[in-house]
Amino acid sequence: MSNLLASVFERCAAENRAALVGYLTAGDPNIQTSELLILTLAEQVDIIEIGMPFSDPAADGPVIQAASERALQAGTKIHDVFTIAKKVREVKPDIGIVLMGYANVPYSIGFASFAEQAKESGVDGVLLVDVPAEESDICAAVFKQHDLSQIMLLAPTSTEQRIQLAANVGSGFIYYVSLAGITGAEMGAVQEIQDKLSLIRKYSKLPICVGFGVKTPEQAKSVAAFADGVVVGSHFVSHITLNTGDNAAMNGCLSASVKLMADAMGKG
Amino acid sequence: MNKYDLEIKHAPDEGGHFGKFGGRFAAETLMQPLKEIEDAFFAAWADPEFHKERLDLLKNYVGRATPLYHAKQLTAEAGGAQIYLKREDLNHTGAHKINNTIGQALLARRMGKKKVIAETGAGQHGVATATVAAMFNMQCDIYMGREDIRRQAPNVFRMKLLGANVVPVDCGTATLKDAVNEALRVWVASCEDTYYIFGTAAGPHPFPLMVRQFHTVIGQEAREQCLAQAGKLPDVAVACVGGGSNAMGLLHPLQDDKSIRLVAVEAGGHGLDSGEHAASLAKGQPGIIHGSLSYVLADKEGQISANAHSISAGLDYPGVGPELAYMMDEGRLELDSATDDEALQAFQTLTKTEGIIPALESSHALAAGIRIAAGMDKEQVVLINLSGRGDKDLNTVMDKFGFDVDGSL
Repeated sequence: MSNLLASVFERCAAENRAALVGYLTAGDPNIQTSELLILTLAEQVDIIEIGMPFSDPAADGPVIQAASERALQAGTKIHDVFTIAKKVREVKPDIGIVLMGYANVPYSIGFASFAEQAKESGVDGVLLVDVPAEESDICAAVFKQHDLSQIMLLAPTSTEQRIQLAANVGSGFIYYVSLAGITGAEMGAVQEIQDKLSLIRKYSKLPICVGFGVKTPEQAKSVAAFADGVVVGSHFVSHITLNTGDNAAMNGCLSASVKLMADAMGKG
Repeated sequence: MNKYDLEIKHAPDEGGHFGKFGGRFAAETLMQPLKEIEDAFFAAWADPEFHKERLDLLKNYVGRATPLYHAKQLTAEAGGAQIYLKREDLNHTGAHKINNTIGQALLARRMGKKKVIAETGAGQHGVATATVAAMFNMQCDIYMGREDIRRQAPNVFRMKLLGANVVPVDCGTATLKDAVNEALRVWVASCEDTYYIFGTAAGPHPFPLMVRQFHTVIGQEAREQCLAQAGKLPDVAVACVGGGSNAMGLLHPLQDDKSIRLVAVEAGGHGLDSGEHAASLAKGQPGIIHGSLSYVLADKEGQISANAHSISAGLDYPGVGPELAYMMDEGRLELDSATDDEALQAFQTLTKTEGIIPALESSHALAAGIRIAAGMDKEQVVLINLSGRGDKDLNTVMDKFGFDVDGSL
């Protein structure tokens, strides 16, 4: 597991707060603007998740689907994802950088080459939505070799047995999906999320971040009360759609929105 | 046919892998629902009552066994081996698809699900799903790419008549692959009360295994009928391949008869070198889409091809079932393909020689089958899966031929 991710959570714990994890899709709405927006996001989050655009994002809701389509339309390649990660790393040596996406992209370029380039770009962990614990052998050894954390998802439908499987395979942190649904849907009930986290903690010492459906500072605050991190994705991406064609407004709205989340979670 | 073989042969490993292919590359949220379907399937398959009801429906509702027809006129036209057609077009709803939807709807009912969803390309699987949903009184939503809705209007109307809700899918290329994505998204959020009737022998485990098992009636019947009518096993068995359900249905029960050449015919679209085809096995690369590792049409960074093309909506799919990928790599499957034009030619040939209007999907198998038969001796037998009838394609063919009611074809 990457020591940097561990130190991020330690730092947040020392400050008595949850980590803010922010997501944007690389290349959305185009490569140049995306770089600007991701650097803006990186200024205020503890961990940045950079989405690798994919043609068939079957676990994503309309907002992130559209982000992926815009990015691919703009000609985004995996090389651009690495370049953006590298730029984030240059200016923010202390934050966690996670690549998130679907298996077919790293599988097609080869997991070894993917992992090597990711590491060189300063990436700490990888989350592949469609690689559950049972299939994790496809990349586990290579990720380990390159000191990349393999971040596993858990969901409301995960049984105790599945929690143990993911706990054995995963590293870095566990990403808990707040609801049985796709990204950007309505967040699940807070009490249910909290109960599930207690169950997960029986089997794993890893920090747990909660995502899918967190849209308001109030929601972020309520989840931050018991989770180790809160992931905000679709909500941040929506600033791109809402300000089409106006980069300054996009960047300004995104920055203000991240600040509201950070403030609500007690990030100084 | 009196007795079907219910033994599960050539099963994948516990995780649903056929060699390196297959598996369950699904989002965590779907892993438990998929496991529940797998457990329910194995329990049902071991239960004689399940088969009693299933086989009774296949016989009295679907009309099985379907005939094996010795197409003498087509044989004469091809001028070689004897051509036998497995008449899946004569099934209720006009294609093989209902073999699977009956099985899965029974499973859904056993699991206590009140609602079913499905994806569809040509609309045949959608119609077959809407049909069983009507019979079982289940709520039914069918996801269909907007482009396919346009191409297959009669089937859309049929689904609506049957009481299904047809949901247009606009994302991506608005075809079959996107309909699968959308159905998966909806299922993630509704798996508590909803069963996803997957339409082809692809997707995450247990779908490739389960869909294949529900279709093995095709090959089992054909094998027995061929022995009875031709006095021998076929020398070649031919089926078209989109995802692979009719192909697995015909070819799987013939797999252990080593003398039989098994031929999978992919959609050649505008030609295998045009970049506009749906020949995932011939021209694709290993990749992961819709929950399994198989061959896919994708660029070198894994983005799924937006150029997959076939005149037949049912074959217009950039992936293929994992077991077919495995059989190909093991050398048990021969690949062939037919272009749009060749399929249209075969469509006309069968119509004019035998008075049977085939589906455009099946026309691909016919095109290759006729070609293969032409190069063989007249003592030999070519078995072709006529997987569906062509009524649904009349609009497409009319457009293609520029039909004018006052003129002639």
